[in-house]
Amino acid sequence: MTGSGTDVFLSELGRALPGIGRGLLVTLEATALGAALALLVAFALGLASRSRAVVVRGAARVTVEFLRGTSLYVQLFWLFFALPMLGFRLEPMACGVLAFGLNYGAYGAEVVRGSIAAVPAAQTEAAIALGMGPGLRLRRVVLPQAYVLMVPPFKNLLIQLLKATPLLSLVTIADLTFAIDQLRSQTGATASAYLLLLLLYFGVAALLGAGMDALERTAKERLGQEGRNA
Amino acid sequence: MWDMDAARAALPVVLSGFGVTLLATVLGFAVAVVAGLGVALVQRSGVRWIALPVGALASFVRSTPVMVQLFAAWVLVPGLDPLTLGVLVLGLHYATYLSEVYRAGIDAVPKGQWEACIALSLPRRRVWRAVVLPQAVRKVLPALGNYAVSMFKETPFLSVITVNEMVHEANAFGSTHFAYLESFTLAAAVFLIASWPTSLLVRRLEARLAH
Repeated sequence: MTGSGTDVFLSELGRALPGIGRGLLVTLEATALGAALALLVAFALGLASRSRAVVVRGAARVTVEFLRGTSLYVQLFWLFFALPMLGFRLEPMACGVLAFGLNYGAYGAEVVRGSIAAVPAAQTEAAIALGMGPGLRLRRVVLPQAYVLMVPPFKNLLIQLLKATPLLSLVTIADLTFAIDQLRSQTGATASAYLLLLLLYFGVAALLGAGMDALERTAKERLGQEGRNA
Repeated sequence: MWDMDAARAALPVVLSGFGVTLLATVLGFAVAVVAGLGVALVQRSGVRWIALPVGALASFVRSTPVMVQLFAAWVLVPGLDPLTLGVLVLGLHYATYLSEVYRAGIDAVPKGQWEACIALSLPRRRVWRAVVLPQAVRKVLPALGNYAVSMFKETPFLSVITVNEMVHEANAFGSTHFAYLESFTLAAAVFLIASWPTSLLVRRLEARLAH
């Protein structure tokens, strides 16, 4: 790249900073809302797929397979382009949050189901022997232990979700990718612009990852697994 | 509302895109399987001046969006047709996931196997090719299968660099015939029909290899 290209890039970068900041906020907002919805969906479908009632369990399994099997990309485009043809028009951001929440929620449901199944049966048996009801058993004995197992896979899903957010720029949302792409077309400094964009995503992913690691540590400490020095 | 005639017209278009989707998945995954093993072996080679940068680059690629990587490659790497470029970028992105899978598989090979190789004074190449990798790959087959299904569902990203895979075709048909409902619903159905049996198969493989 030529020196003058870099100069143009840097001076334009200064002027573009507010726009990039707004784009970053939009990306973070979509990640946070999508993850919150995904968490709800994951627990609802994950607990339902362990239900004793065949109908509930079956419905949960089919929903999970449907949401996982139809591709996030198609789900987002379906909500944005196809749903209005049925007479329902959602805001672009709502389409994004819904698609992220449902798709990653379905993957999360498998995590919730698997983690609960991985808690030793003796724990449940001991809780029954102590006269705990099903709700209390789940809340005080099974979930705290399952939660520790859930955090690392949830961390992966959260970073996957963040990495899927550039899709928003394809449905008219001015997210981080959109903001930097504008800077790129104004300056023509393609390499610098995309490197900056990748670095920003890398930074956000590292922060989210560190946050989830801290969550895992505190969850383990609460259970008395691995002391503070671990 | 749903228009049966539009759906009938969209189906062949969507299916022709599905051919490209399958091709991209097969080629992309082939790149990922080979390059991922390469990354895993380099990281275990003990040659630090190459293991460290390769590891750092892999973790950078792993935690940044494939869509941005596609955009960047599209404008920075001239002279490749979109499908080749897309297959390479998607394949290398997944190689960074698979390298971790291989690493876990290699770590899971019991220490006694290595010790036996030393006792037999097998050459290093044979240790890897005849003892360690066959066991490691067998252990990680289900995980590889899951990633193949996952890559299949991420091929629509290639449409951002004009590869005419299924969602690209569905989008084009939807916009020219104003039939997004029919074209995207069909695309979703094809994804579901193709990926559900595959993931069931992977799950069965997982159960069988578990013992």
